[in-house]
Amino acid sequence: MAKYTVNVNRRRYEVEAEPDVPLLWILRDYLGLKGTKFGCGIAACGACTIHLNGNPVRSCQLRISAIPKNSEITTIEGVGATVLHPVQQAWIELQVPQCGYCQSGQIMSAVALLEKTPDPTDKDIDSALAGNLCRCGTYDRIRKAIHLAAGELKN
Amino acid sequence: MHSTDNTLFKPGRRDFIRKSGLATLGLVIGIDSTARAFNITRLTESVTPFEVSPFILIDVHNNITIVNPRNDMGQGTIHSVPAMIAEELEVTLDQVTIIQSDGKAKYGPQTSGGSSSIRTLWLPLRKAGAATKEMLINAAARRWDVPAQACYASGGKVFKKDSDVSLTYGQLAEEASRLEVPREPALKQRTDFRIIGKDLKRKEIPARVTGKAVYGIDVEVPGMVYAAILHSPMIFGKVVTIDDSDTLKIPGVLRVIRSERKMIHCDTDSVAVIASNWWAASKGKNALKVQWDHAGLAEKLHTDTYFEQCHAQVKTEGINHHETGDFKRKFDSATSRLDVTYETPFLAHVPLEPENTTAHVRQDGSVEIWAPIQGPGETLPDVARYLNIAPEKIKIHPVLMGGSYGRKAYIDFVKEACFLSSKLNVPVKVLWTREDDITQGPYRPGMLSHMQGFIEDGKITGFHHHIIGESILRQVFKGLADNEADPWMGEALGEGNNKYRFKADKVSWTNVKTEIPIMWWRAVNASNLGWGQECFMDELAHLAGKDPLTARLELLEDERYIKVLKTLAEKSDYYTPSRQGTGKGIAIFRSFGTICACCITVSVRDKAITIDKAVSVVDCGIYVSGDTVKAQTEGNIVMGLSAAIKGGIVFKNGICQQSNYHNYHIMRMPEMPAVSVYVMENDEAPGGVGEPGLPPVAPALGNAIFAATGIRIRKLPLDLTMP
Repeated sequence: MAKYTVNVNRRRYEVEAEPDVPLLWILRDYLGLKGTKFGCGIAACGACTIHLNGNPVRSCQLRISAIPKNSEITTIEGVGATVLHPVQQAWIELQVPQCGYCQSGQIMSAVALLEKTPDPTDKDIDSALAGNLCRCGTYDRIRKAIHLAAGELKN
Repeated sequence: MHSTDNTLFKPGRRDFIRKSGLATLGLVIGIDSTARAFNITRLTESVTPFEVSPFILIDVHNNITIVNPRNDMGQGTIHSVPAMIAEELEVTLDQVTIIQSDGKAKYGPQTSGGSSSIRTLWLPLRKAGAATKEMLINAAARRWDVPAQACYASGGKVFKKDSDVSLTYGQLAEEASRLEVPREPALKQRTDFRIIGKDLKRKEIPARVTGKAVYGIDVEVPGMVYAAILHSPMIFGKVVTIDDSDTLKIPGVLRVIRSERKMIHCDTDSVAVIASNWWAASKGKNALKVQWDHAGLAEKLHTDTYFEQCHAQVKTEGINHHETGDFKRKFDSATSRLDVTYETPFLAHVPLEPENTTAHVRQDGSVEIWAPIQGPGETLPDVARYLNIAPEKIKIHPVLMGGSYGRKAYIDFVKEACFLSSKLNVPVKVLWTREDDITQGPYRPGMLSHMQGFIEDGKITGFHHHIIGESILRQVFKGLADNEADPWMGEALGEGNNKYRFKADKVSWTNVKTEIPIMWWRAVNASNLGWGQECFMDELAHLAGKDPLTARLELLEDERYIKVLKTLAEKSDYYTPSRQGTGKGIAIFRSFGTICACCITVSVRDKAITIDKAVSVVDCGIYVSGDTVKAQTEGNIVMGLSAAIKGGIVFKNGICQQSNYHNYHIMRMPEMPAVSVYVMENDEAPGGVGEPGLPPVAPALGNAIFAATGIRIRKLPLDLTMP
């Protein structure tokens, strides 16, 4: 066991854990932030996507001991914590989720995409979201919702 | 603390959560499910807002609660089922609290499955809403001493006509509860619907996009421990020895115990690692050294052997499910005929949320279960029998499912949690890994369709579908005799679902047994049979020198089918000639009471086929939410394409060769074609929506590839890379 300090959603947490515990399980079972989901454990589904210093990262592969000091972590709970993010609003507007389980990860990938590419093409969306599986098959609505959110962000 | 009561959502600005549990006077209208006939009746038991009676509860504080008896796996029943009550009750969905039924017998059947939720509840739930409304109106009429005709209900109030006078349902509840329950309340006309048939926004969506929705995996209860379970690499292996020395060294691991997995038709051995957190449990599981007895399983669990046996049965006659017009004699003498086979693979469901359950079997014999399950009403008595505990002592909290597609109607994982908690007497949360999910089954069975057909005078006149493979009815439910054609399989191609008028028509069946465990998967048998049925229609159309859509229209008399096909032709520009190197393919299939036709457009580029576009047309009769119909059909296009172009489940020498999403693939964003869905408008009885969109997808793709390349593919999964 060792002590770690992590900054999640602009809040500082002290965690005592084994060094190999992935951030996913730190978030879920130590900090009670259950919005980040477990789907595969091998970075193949994207359900556990979070932002590490603004970049989308699969939290199931990021050991607590490997997180660089003073990193800023953002989870779905930190996106639109006060006012819904335009991506979340677009998801509601187009009624994107079916079961919704993968959508935390989809939204984290979409938010990161729009921060770097404010006006993405379908190809940009394809490559940014290729790592996020949706078994319900909401891809078409996700694509449309990202375009909708991009338009809102511009205004 | 993520443990919940069963509240799914509640109206804003009102603090409805009162934990006092005080009995509240009120009007409770339910459906007498003991009679199984959905009679409307008054329920006599005392109720509180938290020990709710069936379906509708209105208390004197004007809190209106609707119980949803169909748990949501993403198909929208959380919204569409209560909408049927709200419509007739004359309340908006913003005025009501919706809670999930908890499996108790008073709610009747509670399985979300078979695309049945709207179809089976359409009349009973609307009648319950209408009867309640009528009683409230009658109560108001008495209060005002006017005839009931002088009153009307709207927005949760009863109004006196031509006046400003009104009373809330809460103000009338106590009085109404003493009145006669109308047996045959008047139902609203379709033209008067305010909720049904509109694209209403689902109220739980905000929770699903902010990480706040609570799924099974998110449940936490005080004092719980976590379990990771090592299942046999060959599913049915027996534990011989366990070496847990390395496991017990892992910090957080509490103990290792032998466990069991109750499948419907057999039990299997397993070993559970209990820990204070799930990561430690899963590490402990990986460190276990278990010796298994796998005697005989390498031969039994082998997909190549199974399909070889299926192909060997092509020569046999099979058992007739139905036959008209002396097919065999005519086929034998036909000059223009085809005789081919179509194959579909075994498939896994792979919902993104792996199987999980939290259970607490207490020493006093009471049980509490938090589980993402399709059927709480069926789970409760099943678990009661398994634990040998009275059903009244079991409390189920059905939690949102992170996908299911049939998998979470199979409750082996629920019983694992119950088993472990009964041994430990603390709450246990069982969470499967993706590897457990993919390697342990049960699966959609792989099947072979032996197709024979012939043409006469340029028209398709003879059609035979010989279904070959394993049967869910036989393997799982032990309900099929060797000399009997599987009725469930036959029904998928029977009179109700197949409207082509052939002169000679036959559906036959040969059972090939396997021990690879099988079960429901979205669209069930139709998901297999649509492939052979509708690709072969295409082959026969080409043999007859006809356009495949035109040839189908020639064989149809059913107006709904004809309209669906013609709409598909229009919406997909079907008759506009395709450019060189592109092709359109169509298919139509009826399942679960709904007709769906699909047109797929493909193009050949750089020696690979690209799926450019998918258009589906759905006739599901009257629908509750048009947007849900579209969403489900869009989802079925994606799942149908995954089933067509991604690898299936393969067993070699007892071992499932796929284990996670890196080798069991499903469609990803870059492969996603443009999709559009059109919903037919008519007054027909409601059909299913969750599954009927899937069966026509794969054959539409196969037919499109033929149109673009001249290559006829008869085996799934197909490879989009050109040879």
